[in-house]
Amino acid sequence: MNLIQQLQSARAQYLSRRWFLRDCGVGLAGIAASSLLADDSAKQPAGDNPLAPRQPHFPGKAKRVIYIFQAGAPSHLELFDNKPELTKRNGQLPPAELLKGYRAAFINPNSALLGPKFPFAKHGKCQMELSEVLPHTAKIVDEICLIRTMQTEAVNHAPAQIMMNSGSQQFGRPSFGSWTLYGLGSESANLPGFVVLTSAKGTSGGASNYGNGFLPTIYGGIPFRSSGDPVLYLSNPQGIDADTQRASLDALNKLNDLAKAAAGDPEIAARIQSYEMAYRLQTSAPELMDLSQETQPTLDRYGIKSPKDANFARNCLLARRLIERGVRFVQLFHEAWDQHGNLTAGVKQNALDTDQASAALVMDLKERGLLQDTIVIWGGEFGRTPMVQGGNDGRDHHNRCFSLWLAGGGIKSGYTHGQTDELGFNVAADPVHVHDLHATLLKQLGFDHTRLTFRFQGRDYRLTDVHGRLVKEILA
Amino acid sequence: MFLPPPSCVNSRVRASAIGLCGIFIITGRLAAAADFQRDVQPILSEHCAQCHGTDEKERKSSLRLDQREASLKGGESGTAAIVPGKLDQGELIRRITSTDPDEMMPPPDHKKPLSAGQIDTLKQWIKDGANYESHWAFTAPKQVSVSAVGMTSPIDALVVARLKERKLALSPAATPAMLCRRLYLDLIGLPPSPQELAEFEKVGYEATVETLLKSERFGEKWARHWLDLARYSDTNGYEKDMQREQWKWRDWVVDALNRDMPYDRFLTEQIAGDLLPGATQDQIIATGFLRNSMINEEGAIVPEQFRMVEMIDRVDCLGKAVLGLSTQCAQCHTHKFDPLSHDEYYGLFAFLNNAYEAQSWVYTPDQQQAIAKVRERIQAAEEKLRTAHPQWQQEMAAWEEAIIKQQKELAWEPLIATELGTISGLNHPTQEADKSLLMLGHTSADVFMISAPKLDNVTGLRLEALNHRDLPHFGPGRSRVGTWVIQEVEVLVKKPDGKNWEKQKLVNASADFSEPEVKQADGKKASGPVAHLIDGKDDTTWNADRGIGRRNQPSVAVLQFEKPLSFPEGTQFKIAWRMGDMLGCGRWSITRQAVPTVPPVNHAAILAMQASADQRSTEQQAAIFTAWRMSLPDAKAINDEIDAVWKDYPQAATSILHLTEREPANHRETHLLDRGSWDQPKQRVEPHTPAAFHPFPADAPRTRLGFARWVADKNSPFTARVAVNRVWQAMFGTGLVETPEDFGTRTPVPEYRELLDWLAVDFMQHGWSHKHLIRTIVLSNTYRQSSFASPELLQRDPRNVWLARGPRFRAEAEVVRDIALSVSGLMSHKLGGPSIIPPVPQNVLDYNYTYPSYWKPAEGPERYRRTLYGFRKRSMPDPVMANFDGPNGDFACARRLRSNTPLAALTGLNETIFVEAARALALRVLREGGKSDAERADHAFLLCTSRKPTAEERQAVLDLLQSRRQKLAEGWLNPREVATGDPAKLPTLPPDATPQDAAAWTLAARVLLNLDETISKN
Repeated sequence: MNLIQQLQSARAQYLSRRWFLRDCGVGLAGIAASSLLADDSAKQPAGDNPLAPRQPHFPGKAKRVIYIFQAGAPSHLELFDNKPELTKRNGQLPPAELLKGYRAAFINPNSALLGPKFPFAKHGKCQMELSEVLPHTAKIVDEICLIRTMQTEAVNHAPAQIMMNSGSQQFGRPSFGSWTLYGLGSESANLPGFVVLTSAKGTSGGASNYGNGFLPTIYGGIPFRSSGDPVLYLSNPQGIDADTQRASLDALNKLNDLAKAAAGDPEIAARIQSYEMAYRLQTSAPELMDLSQETQPTLDRYGIKSPKDANFARNCLLARRLIERGVRFVQLFHEAWDQHGNLTAGVKQNALDTDQASAALVMDLKERGLLQDTIVIWGGEFGRTPMVQGGNDGRDHHNRCFSLWLAGGGIKSGYTHGQTDELGFNVAADPVHVHDLHATLLKQLGFDHTRLTFRFQGRDYRLTDVHGRLVKEILA
Repeated sequence: MFLPPPSCVNSRVRASAIGLCGIFIITGRLAAAADFQRDVQPILSEHCAQCHGTDEKERKSSLRLDQREASLKGGESGTAAIVPGKLDQGELIRRITSTDPDEMMPPPDHKKPLSAGQIDTLKQWIKDGANYESHWAFTAPKQVSVSAVGMTSPIDALVVARLKERKLALSPAATPAMLCRRLYLDLIGLPPSPQELAEFEKVGYEATVETLLKSERFGEKWARHWLDLARYSDTNGYEKDMQREQWKWRDWVVDALNRDMPYDRFLTEQIAGDLLPGATQDQIIATGFLRNSMINEEGAIVPEQFRMVEMIDRVDCLGKAVLGLSTQCAQCHTHKFDPLSHDEYYGLFAFLNNAYEAQSWVYTPDQQQAIAKVRERIQAAEEKLRTAHPQWQQEMAAWEEAIIKQQKELAWEPLIATELGTISGLNHPTQEADKSLLMLGHTSADVFMISAPKLDNVTGLRLEALNHRDLPHFGPGRSRVGTWVIQEVEVLVKKPDGKNWEKQKLVNASADFSEPEVKQADGKKASGPVAHLIDGKDDTTWNADRGIGRRNQPSVAVLQFEKPLSFPEGTQFKIAWRMGDMLGCGRWSITRQAVPTVPPVNHAAILAMQASADQRSTEQQAAIFTAWRMSLPDAKAINDEIDAVWKDYPQAATSILHLTEREPANHRETHLLDRGSWDQPKQRVEPHTPAAFHPFPADAPRTRLGFARWVADKNSPFTARVAVNRVWQAMFGTGLVETPEDFGTRTPVPEYRELLDWLAVDFMQHGWSHKHLIRTIVLSNTYRQSSFASPELLQRDPRNVWLARGPRFRAEAEVVRDIALSVSGLMSHKLGGPSIIPPVPQNVLDYNYTYPSYWKPAEGPERYRRTLYGFRKRSMPDPVMANFDGPNGDFACARRLRSNTPLAALTGLNETIFVEAARALALRVLREGGKSDAERADHAFLLCTSRKPTAEERQAVLDLLQSRRQKLAEGWLNPREVATGDPAKLPTLPPDATPQDAAAWTLAARVLLNLDETISKN
């Protein structure tokens, strides 16, 4: 059997398999990309598909990720990290020794301390302490792992978001989702392997937050949009019905097939596939976005008032639907947390917008048996200063410590990791750097973070750069 | 296991390794001597260099294996690592063949074990004498002698020789039509029209090449490749991602390529055009190349941090675009594989680090003439004045003396900040050596400065608004034109024992210049007079815009204290000022003189007088003369005349971000940054180039210009090779070196290294001419081969590394879109100009941090300009470009990876411009294609693919037309809606055509525009 025949036969097999896997399936681009991935290209038949599901370095506890990125930097002091001492010292200046070598973004660090705006209480069997604005999260504390000692270098939004999502403040590195897709491939039947959903406004980090960096384009996150076409250019031009679309693609395929025979270029087979995939996506994407099949109790649980409302709650439910359909990595962005001022009302509103649906998502996944191998991440790019900004109702950017929670995927539940000092300024015990989080999450996905690499410009790049320490304490 | 461990050899190595195995078997080369560069160096680089390479800090046991002498000497143990010719003596062979985990190398925990084949290679090499050669890409290219007997070109000689070794030959030439299309797509990035195809048949291949090389479209096509590397964009990036005006630089590139500017000059002007003697406006525009870096305007940033990020980006860009070397490693530490030390990285950095981030107007040739005219007329008027005052020099000197005396008496004492900031925290000003405050970064309106001067009868306060090259148009302000607007100034003091700040009343504001009062209709807002600074109202402002041509000059205001300030030592003195358009550079001073006022003299003159008379620049002399003539009561007529002349000074339509070298007095030092952190400077580093490359001439200045000339030197091992490889990549889809951004030691020796080097030398010998290089390539038979891939060839060489067939690949994003515009007849050609806003779905626009309210898609012919001119917004990558793998300009991109996704398919089928192209193509076919659908199908096919369809292909089109015509006839489809997008709107039909024709053909055109052949280069 010559290569053309092999390719044709492979194509026939593909046709009977789930189709989105075959994105980039055959052809030159595919060959190039797949050999990039190949551990040993001798074992790797040319033309294999770079999005095919792959075994990681070792069996991972988690297969999928939902990353709820709370952009703008939620205040750990109003949500997750109770500091009675800060209440006591409200209005006083911070101790001078604390400020040595410290840089906030906006304020003179020597500004008065600001007591937390909300009371905290202990919840669940694990007695996790949360602020009163998170009543729904309070009900799932026994499912989550709260890290109070996250650390990062960046203090401005765009670089910090890029850091959180790609392990570097420099633009151009692949995002966590891209690395995951590159490492594990896609299991989605009809959808892209890495889907992005947004609510509130656009993020500071922009498209680079979910970009493929120097990895092949196919590993980039694909935004599913809450208005207009869920996937760009999904709708046929005005006046073209489904039958005409089918007839058009049949003609296109026929012509491309003839060209393939004439040119001998296997790339043309890939082109034909891509149009067929597009055709199916025209059905699968609207089907995904259509919440009418969801029951009223489900909608109520997420706090979805109208299935048409494009908001965070709807995105949480969509995340579950995507995960159910085998999507590898779903990332939600909710850019709303930059409370330099209007701290009390702003945090309260954001909590109202996100608390219920986040908790509902975790429980929904659990009930459907998906939580055990899906990691849910909830957090932003840095924390906020214990010191006030402006009058008495704002906080500046703070990179020394911030909070983030995880659930599922073999992460220890009902557990609070790390301690900050009495003012919520510095880490007192068990710091977790962004790189450490990435290393640990990759481990849960089955990867030695030092070995998930991509050669670019002669160097083997990784998500954790030259850093990363496993945080074993947070693993179940 | 599927995933690559760190030891995974580069894909390209893998891919070509499959090929190479084949060669070895065929030629039996395996038994031959190991080639150091091809066989040995990659093993050492991959498996040993991490611990025994260039980086001293990482080196284990003091052993390095990247140099022969060191290998022979051995490390700490004192045992030789290699004994040439003796396999039983050196430590290296013992260790790599050991099975003892404590002894074996590489250590098992490195997970980079050597294969048996690699060990054999090393053995063979040591047996043969362990000869080292420096990495091929680090020595200047040399031409091998080529025997081109019977060959069209030396390219063919080199390719055919290697093909012969594999028992292969070049494929036959492609069909004329295919060749014509290939030439058009490669040279001008557009498909040939049927008329051009016919012309090609008539005039032939060579003549067509010459015509295309002369076409203005040539520069538009080739500019795009450079724009990728230059990370061109129309916005600043980061969170705010505001618009920038940089398209003049893009025009410069298009023009330079069209004029075939020698590549050495092309580089020199872009790196250091501003430093060339008598630099022209164009040469200054050229330096926009390095300014294409992203600019962070997020609130509260520290400007120096992100200036450093820009600098790092510039080095990265030069690494990818010119050096062919990865530089990122050496930003933090000495490169592990390539000869670029941490110190050498900052040596390169230092060449670029001594420049201002300037922005200047760009004038058209007409405007430049108008400016010259204005200057002439002013000079003539001033000459009249000199004639009227024969003793003008003495008069002016006396006048100047009086002013200097007055200034001395005022004894202005600049304030030194103990604290400096903004109330909002959005901006972090800095105080410069001359005590001026520089306010870069976010444009915030509320700056304060605390100082602790001696407050002993302080009577007045002075604010100087000063020029600075980091500000738009030299400042002093931060507005788009470099102006500023100040609302209010307040002074407060806090005594050493005091708890509160006490406000100090200011009176009697004076200024060297204020605009006349303009009151707004609301009765509240007013602008102009300096008195507004202290009237307690933020609605009223001091403005000192002297109008076009004169607005970017210093200004001064003096404010008196109602009661002189006398406070105990240690009293804090705070000035707070609020602004409309931010002041970018200013200086505060105090005086103790009885009645502080401003002389009615432009502050530029006062500043000029601070230089001793014999040291003054022409500008300083002019400033003093201007001020003097304005002080003369009898010169009113002439002064009025000059004011009138200034009104003819033209306003430029656009500006450019460029580089301007800092003056010697403001030289910026470069320091090595520990771990690459901007706030961790270590030892000072002087500008120097890496030792591994050609030497920096001893007599050349260590400036940006010296660096540019070093880069553009014929002795450079990289400049010509990298350029030639880039051109080859554009035409063949893959470079001769497959990683155009990296020619370092981890890059395998390319299959056709001799060809690369031959072309590189030939390129330099022919005046670094791109057009010569492209002509040389397209005239070869290698280029003209048919791209047909036989199953056998496809199996042996799937990626066409051997070049036994012609190139075939999907065109790049811009070309795909340009093809649709071109074949549909929509394309509107116009060379250069501002970026064109393309239509983008609303749900993409909505997803911006800052909504781009300027996003009004172009209409009319402008809408259908070439894609090169499309507006590029960094945080909102153009979806059409992104779906066809175009980069968004965040960082330099030397190579686009080609993907094949359903998103691209949807774009071609449904995106607005593609749909408009399908509708237009339908009408074009009905207009030009003949009466029958069969004739029209032939014409449409010819337009899209440059050939007539086969009978079977024609039938496929006719079948679609027929089935759709039936649906239309049955009323399933609305012909108007299909043909125009509007159920009620009729298309502009050619005579005899029906709406049904237009609709059916719109559907067929949509299919034809999406044919693989339409969007591919065959």
